[in-house]
Amino acid sequence: MLPRAATSWTIFKISVEERLVYRGDFALGTLMRFLPVVTQIFLWGAVFSAVNVASGGDKQIAGYTYHNMIAYYLLTSISRAFSSMPGLASGIARDIRDGTVKKFLIQPIDMIGFLLLNRIAHKLVYFSVAIGPFALVFYLCRGFFSGWPAPQIMTAYVASLVMAFLLGYLLEVTIGMIGFWFLEVNSLLFVYMLFSFFFSGHMFPIDLLPGVWGEIVKLIPLQYLAYFPAAVFLGKVSGPELVHGLWIQLAWIVFFLATARAAWRFGVRRYSGFGG
Amino acid sequence: MSPRPSYFRVLLTFLRNSLVRDMMFRMNFIIDTVSTTSWVFMNLGFYILIFRYTPEIGAGTGWGKYQFFLFLATTLLINSLIRGLFIGNAVEFSEMIRTGTLDFALLKPIDTQFLVSLGRIEWSAIGPFVCGLALIGYSLFRVDYTPGPLVVVLYVFYLLCGAAIYYSLMIAMASTSVWLGRNKTLLDFWFYITNFSRYPMEIYTGDYGVPIRQVFTFIIPVLVAVNVPARLLVRPLDIHSPGDLFLPLFAIFATAGSLLASRWVFKTALLSYRSASS
Repeated sequence: MLPRAATSWTIFKISVEERLVYRGDFALGTLMRFLPVVTQIFLWGAVFSAVNVASGGDKQIAGYTYHNMIAYYLLTSISRAFSSMPGLASGIARDIRDGTVKKFLIQPIDMIGFLLLNRIAHKLVYFSVAIGPFALVFYLCRGFFSGWPAPQIMTAYVASLVMAFLLGYLLEVTIGMIGFWFLEVNSLLFVYMLFSFFFSGHMFPIDLLPGVWGEIVKLIPLQYLAYFPAAVFLGKVSGPELVHGLWIQLAWIVFFLATARAAWRFGVRRYSGFGG
Repeated sequence: MSPRPSYFRVLLTFLRNSLVRDMMFRMNFIIDTVSTTSWVFMNLGFYILIFRYTPEIGAGTGWGKYQFFLFLATTLLINSLIRGLFIGNAVEFSEMIRTGTLDFALLKPIDTQFLVSLGRIEWSAIGPFVCGLALIGYSLFRVDYTPGPLVVVLYVFYLLCGAAIYYSLMIAMASTSVWLGRNKTLLDFWFYITNFSRYPMEIYTGDYGVPIRQVFTFIIPVLVAVNVPARLLVRPLDIHSPGDLFLPLFAIFATAGSLLASRWVFKTALLSYRSASS
């Protein structure tokens, strides 16, 4: 147990140091990533200005006021900071293709665990640098929020974010493992990215989707990557529905953990490495 | 051998070579085309969704559903021109500066900017381009308007102006690799700047909106790139006051200015180029 913990700690430390090399690039990149929010603020301002309003009420679109909408976009940027895993699936597929994956077959290190530590380290470094730009943007945009939610909502929010990280990680790992069966997964990854962008709630709150579309999108796990945490913070889901949502999010994590493990077990059996 | 190369024939060769290269990896080409085209449909889906809730983008601006689709189609046409002709080349240019392979381009008896800007053409951009044309056709049909020959000519002219403005910005940014050594965020930065021009300029109102509109109209003129041609289709030659003429005239000035400025940046950058490695 102890040597294993020591190994994990070493992996973690190396990953942290590896990431710290690019901290300047990180901070600038993070700040730039908020530029599209500026256009969103104006776009939705224009959209809401033309919405017909029932007398006396606030202008609303699918239950969102203008302020809600902007707050939603800002919050999804936090969700995505947790759940996005740039290069994870394509990295795994590449390792399978070029044979690098065999290091996990001959060393006593579990790939899924190793990559998880690696990603945790990356995220921690990312947050330690990105907290500056994030704080600045949220401070400037504080007018779009109506205050902090209650402590129990905050707790649920943090839980949903942590689970968004795990789910995002396991989803990408599972997709990467498809590389054991198909050598080229880039086009598949693109499709995943496309769907993820559209149906995770990254592009717009999925409540906007009408009828059966909305129902379907709420059934698939992508919403937990961006929409769900933001909706929790804004109080769009609350009470039993919130608890229910958190359990389903957890269930998806367990599901993809099992799938990734199974894919690894069967994939390694199929795998054959040639040459040095 | 003639002292001056025929730029047109060289361009045709670039077009042919790139097509041959794309056709060597046919499946990859098909996947590329399908995926870029599916982005277009996803985007369109988003706007269809928005127009379920609002009659227009910006009260009283006249950007109703099909008017906005004309705008969107114009964005598509300009973006696919840029994507097809220049993006890959600009990224490659940054890379040439970093690795020192720009030496080979400098040695060739042809204008270096021409060579590095058009050497590799991505034919897969034709997918979104066709989508843009189809969207224009459909939207014009829905607003029941058939543009006359003058409007079509002007539209194409301003479309090319828009592409030229985008191109200038891109090549100038790529040139900065000479000083920065590496320009990995080139595409990101390009995306974030042009992001401001994805919507009609009327949306930028209020204390913060007006300065944004002015910066992206007069200093980095990306807003005129799409807005001017799109307006031609939405409000064709609708001139009521001298003010209505201002933007189209300014667009010509902005195009010329952007091209000259980017040419200057490019030339200056080359003067500071000191090759790399070996």
